Amino acid sequence: MVSDLTLEVVTPFGKAYSNEIISCTIPGEEGEFQILKGHAALISLVSIGPVKVQESDGKTVYMAVGSGYCEVKDNRVRVMVESAELAEQIDTERARKAKERAEKRLQEHKPDVDMDRARMALARALNRMKLTQLR
Amino acid sequence: MATLREIRDRISSVKSTQQITKAMKMVAAAKLRKAQEHILAFRPYSFEMRNLIAHLSARSPDVSGIPLLERRPMQKVLTVVVTADRGLCGAFNHNIIRQAAQRVTELSTSEVSLYFAGRKGLEYFQHRDYTIQGRQINFFNHLKFADAVQLSDELATLYINKEFDRIEIIYNEFKSAIRQNVVVEQFLPFVPDEELLETKNRVDFIYEPDKETILNSLIPKHLHVQIWRILLESNAAEQGARMTAMESATDNADELIGHLTLYYNRSRQAAITKEISEIVGGAEALKED
Repeated sequence: MVSDLTLEVVTPFGKAYSNEIISCTIPGEEGEFQILKGHAALISLVSIGPVKVQESDGKTVYMAVGSGYCEVKDNRVRVMVESAELAEQIDTERARKAKERAEKRLQEHKPDVDMDRARMALARALNRMKLTQLR
Repeated sequence: MATLREIRDRISSVKSTQQITKAMKMVAAAKLRKAQEHILAFRPYSFEMRNLIAHLSARSPDVSGIPLLERRPMQKVLTVVVTADRGLCGAFNHNIIRQAAQRVTELSTSEVSLYFAGRKGLEYFQHRDYTIQGRQINFFNHLKFADAVQLSDELATLYINKEFDRIEIIYNEFKSAIRQNVVVEQFLPFVPDEELLETKNRVDFIYEPDKETILNSLIPKHLHVQIWRILLESNAAEQGARMTAMESATDNADELIGHLTLYYNRSRQAAITKEISEIVGGAEALKED
């Protein structure tokens, strides 16, 4: 099947992914949604979670993304997120350490600890760890 | 007149200084290249982000519910001074410090506090009569996106809590390896980029959730991006300035070594001449006996 849908994942550190795809599933702020060719123009917030991509050659890849937004227009999907890693690139050890650190912070309840940030860090770490099982 | 030994010691001391400046130049050049790569990699993200914010704010006529866009009479101003953590980079830090001091004088009708990103600014202002709100120092060597997030969130919180009515940033903009520009930029209240609007053709988008919510959650992200850009630029400019400064220091050392060597050879020759004439004079004196 020839697909004309393209996906670009852009982070502050450069392009993390760019390819022709058949479909992709994106963790939107209000729930996951899937984009296929011919999708209407859309702007949505993206939250921490997995992005599932079905590439034109039939392969399925997974990516762990941080929060950001995504824009769909004229069969181009652009995902702008603060971080993005393909499942096989994830550093398991680092994710595990980040998880432990965040959990410790949340338990300590110190007044100078930013709880929101610790919760976000935990969510990111859990997301990465979950994805390492999909590779 | 210096003895030969003294001149020789001086030459070798200049030579070892030159080795240091040469090495520092090389290191700065490598770091500059890395900093430039970061800037290039980051550009598409920053560009798209600016586009989207302009796009959304043009379509949301009512922005009163967004605290970071709220304008207030300018009573309390926070000036963020971005310098380097280290010296030996020419006038890089001094230009910023001068501009910051001048800015405080200009804003004398309002209450001005300073915030420091980078150690050199703090070192200058902390012993003088200025109000210091906060600092983030010694992080340029391992610059991370998280640093930008932390700084930007701290500034945004200060603004939302109405501790300041305006936040601006003074930093060195990276022009080229040999040129930096001191820039004063308004950070908050946030002003969307109006000029980008014309280029975006009007398509009806589906918004999920609604425009205001998206805008509200994107502005803090955009601020992270702004700060990250400023830190990257300042870092690149610092390395550029250091590279140039160290290059001219190396050249100066070369020149100095040239002068000293000439002086050394002259003195050596003078000493030999003196010795010969002494021997000849002595021999002449013996002959007459």
